[in-house]
Amino acid sequence: MKNPLESLHMTIVMGVVLTVALHLVVAAIGASAGA
Amino acid sequence: MVEYWPFFFRWLHVLSGVMWIGLLWYFNFVQIPNMGKIPDEQKPAISKVIAPAALFWFRWSALATVITGLILAGFNGYLGDAMMLGLNTGVSTEAAIGFGMWLGLIMAANVWFVIWPNQKKALGMVEVSAEDKAKAARTAMLFSRTNTMLSIPMLYAMVSAQNYGY
Repeated sequence: MKNPLESLHMTIVMGVVLTVALHLVVAAIGASAGA
Repeated sequence: MVEYWPFFFRWLHVLSGVMWIGLLWYFNFVQIPNMGKIPDEQKPAISKVIAPAALFWFRWSALATVITGLILAGFNGYLGDAMMLGLNTGVSTEAAIGFGMWLGLIMAANVWFVIWPNQKKALGMVEVSAEDKAKAARTAMLFSRTNTMLSIPMLYAMVSAQNYGY
């Protein structure tokens, strides 16, 4: 199976997915302190 | 004057970071995708001249970005809390800058401990067999792509810590 990092497009897509995950985790850390 | 030095190191951090990530994106968006289009007799212009020069500024700007970033975090008083990803304080902006710092540290480690040693083999600076040369080139390329992927959330984390409250 081809490594998705061989494709520049897939690299960017995975970077964006990681960014969304990061945003949710950071927001959750902030929300847990405020709860 | 007290507030000048954090600003000064932020300026140095952004300056070196632009050079590092700029060169990372040059490799991944320009050089690597277009190497196949260059005639074989012209390839040494890239592999013997352009790439070694770009790699010099690439790896040293990566180190400078890390050092100026750590000094900046120390000046601002959040180095420890950010490294703990804000889990000890529950401050979301410390979580954001912390994720950015860890991603940046992982990327800088990739540059110095994986990409640079393998590029030395791939570009012929270190003599290895043709098989090892091809293997080193692939490893360097995949870790460079990994850094390109990580640069997207890293910059989001860094910029959002300064400009978004979560």
